[in-house]
Amino acid sequence: MAPVTMVEAIREALDEEMQRDPSVVLIGEDIGVYGGAFKATEGLLAKYGWERVIDTPISETAIIGAAVGMSYQGLRPVAEMQFIDFIACCFNQMVNFVAKSHYRWGGPVPMVVRGPCGGGVHGGPFHSQNPEMWFVHTPGLKVVYPSTAYDAKGLLKSAIRDNNPVLCLEHKFLYRRVKEELPAEDYTVPIGKLAVRRPGRDLTIATYGAMTLHSLDAAEELAKEGIEAEVLDLRTLMPLDRQGIIDSVRKTNKLLVVHEDVRSGGIAGEIAATVNEQAFEDLDGPILRVTSLDTPVPFSPPLEERFLPQVADITRAARELARY
Amino acid sequence: MTLPEMKYPLSRDQLLDLYYFMKLTRELDEQLVRLFRQNKVVGGLYSSIGQEASAVGTAYTLEKRDWIAPMIRNVGGLLVKGFRPRDILMQYMARSGAPTGGKDGTSHFGDLQDRHVVSPISMLGDLIPVMTGVAMGGRYLGQKIVTMTWIGDGGTSTGAFHEGMNLAAAQHAPFVCVVENNQWAYSTPVARQVPLKNLADRARAYGIPGYVVDGNDVIAVYQATKEAVELARRGEGPVLVESKTMRMKGHAQHDPAGYVPPEMFEYWKARDPLALYEKWLTENKVWDKKAKDEIEARIERELKEDIEIAEASPLPNAEEAERGVYCEGCHTIEAHWERPIAEVQPPKASVQPVWTVPDFGALNNARGSAPAAAASAPDDGARAEAHSNSSAKSAPAGSGAPKRPARAEARPKGRR
Repeated sequence: MAPVTMVEAIREALDEEMQRDPSVVLIGEDIGVYGGAFKATEGLLAKYGWERVIDTPISETAIIGAAVGMSYQGLRPVAEMQFIDFIACCFNQMVNFVAKSHYRWGGPVPMVVRGPCGGGVHGGPFHSQNPEMWFVHTPGLKVVYPSTAYDAKGLLKSAIRDNNPVLCLEHKFLYRRVKEELPAEDYTVPIGKLAVRRPGRDLTIATYGAMTLHSLDAAEELAKEGIEAEVLDLRTLMPLDRQGIIDSVRKTNKLLVVHEDVRSGGIAGEIAATVNEQAFEDLDGPILRVTSLDTPVPFSPPLEERFLPQVADITRAARELARY
Repeated sequence: MTLPEMKYPLSRDQLLDLYYFMKLTRELDEQLVRLFRQNKVVGGLYSSIGQEASAVGTAYTLEKRDWIAPMIRNVGGLLVKGFRPRDILMQYMARSGAPTGGKDGTSHFGDLQDRHVVSPISMLGDLIPVMTGVAMGGRYLGQKIVTMTWIGDGGTSTGAFHEGMNLAAAQHAPFVCVVENNQWAYSTPVARQVPLKNLADRARAYGIPGYVVDGNDVIAVYQATKEAVELARRGEGPVLVESKTMRMKGHAQHDPAGYVPPEMFEYWKARDPLALYEKWLTENKVWDKKAKDEIEARIERELKEDIEIAEASPLPNAEEAERGVYCEGCHTIEAHWERPIAEVQPPKASVQPVWTVPDFGALNNARGSAPAAAASAPDDGARAEAHSNSSAKSAPAGSGAPKRPARAEARPKGRR
């Protein structure tokens, strides 16, 4: 099998789920004839037809609303946000309609919202954001954020088969930069389970998305200095694999959280609080974090580079933590 | 006895049924006020008084398989769809026996499986794209359903209203949107919200049929809405129906509505939908005093029983607050197919993924002047047609329609 990129893995997941289950339909802007702004849905209209691959007006509230309605019919719609930044346009549908439906009145919403997120491609303030915490903070939604082609496919399949609304964040920097051979047979990746990407004994780096690659690069450098970092790829942000984090911290006794999301209100705070509550006795040093700045995502390359966490920021923080 | 002639005939039983549901809505409303004053209602109480004909007359046009999503003053629609007063009472009283078990109040509940009712949220407009999606989903599954929701005059100013109506129109969704113009958005009169005499005029902007109806005349409401539902069911929707009525109380129980000119209340009081319909039933000799008394006795009996049931229902156990954020196997998700699944799977579903634009967006886009090349548009391709003010009579086709060219061609006769 030839290696496939993350965006190809996503397309394979959609194709295989549509083939497997006629209740899976796609809805979004420019996803049909054009195949999606990032070509995640290329070829699916030709194969499955106009009724299953629905090009919509520029209308995010209508896209999510219609997807909710279709899910009430027992369908499993997958809605695409052309860029995840535009999910702000349908925030009300997401947090008030979608998220609360099951809790309020027992109306399950088996739908997926997926879209490209993240920076590093000079997309500027409206094509680079990481909105995960808007939704992690809204009970009723699940949020996944893969860093590999294998996980992107397996998590998307799990999301489609889940009876709950799942937000799948796909880092656009990774779309064509990560690739790997995938199993020929059907597989899923469970929602709510982290993956240990690199075992280590000296400190834990908990991260996700594109920062997983940065953290692995940093761990490689740290190893040369004799610091063995354990890198956790969270993969799912809600429900968070709290136990997996605690287990690692009990082993390494030190925790560094790295995320591309902005600093204040990022998931590092939630993880730090959880470890304080559940594993305080196991800590040998402060919980540190490396994050983006508390600013909008700037456009020009040197500005964006300053905004985003760099490998050197991670190694610096890890060295500081290793001294405890 | 001969009944008055109507385009969409109603039997005597149906005519009395309409009265039953309207009167039940009114009496339930009065009972809720009494319970509110006894501090048995938790939170706000929203009255449907004055709008009974509008809710009942519209919902009554639907079949069992059809779907509704009620707004706060559409208690009548919930009753027509098969919910009982006890459900509404327990919702308002936040009891464990309520359809939401106390998780939400008022008319915020639904039933996907049997009654096909979607719960509203408090944010206005969002139900319109949602019910468009239910309609699209039903069409995809081969069901011949129609979906309906209501929105107030105030709610038509939201972005969600526009996005939903526009998508519904682009998709020709079998959807009926009832704009209940009750003259007031909380304390703001409709003239200060929308610079239109008729809110139904907004239908023109979506290229869809729009009707205006006297919302206090239940027969008129039924007739107009029935036509809208039939159009939508034939694929000639969506349709917008403006029902002109009047909210006869404040926004909620706490609001004495001092901002409403007293003469306006007087005007509409003389047009009370129940009084008008009682008069109509008498003048047309549909009923006699005995029939009327029987219905009213039945309502009194049913309400008494339901209030007892509601009052006996305990408040929910506190630990219920922690349950139900996610569906963890408590629901079986199953689509109800009424068409062969092979139709939506390759090879049958496969298409040429190309657009054809018949008139190339030309300024003069009357069909006769379309470039010759457009005539060779493939039948299986979705056609993107430029709509101008003159194209309302042309046969449009969107991504939901290309599989049904015959229906798309049939559209013009249903259009304004």
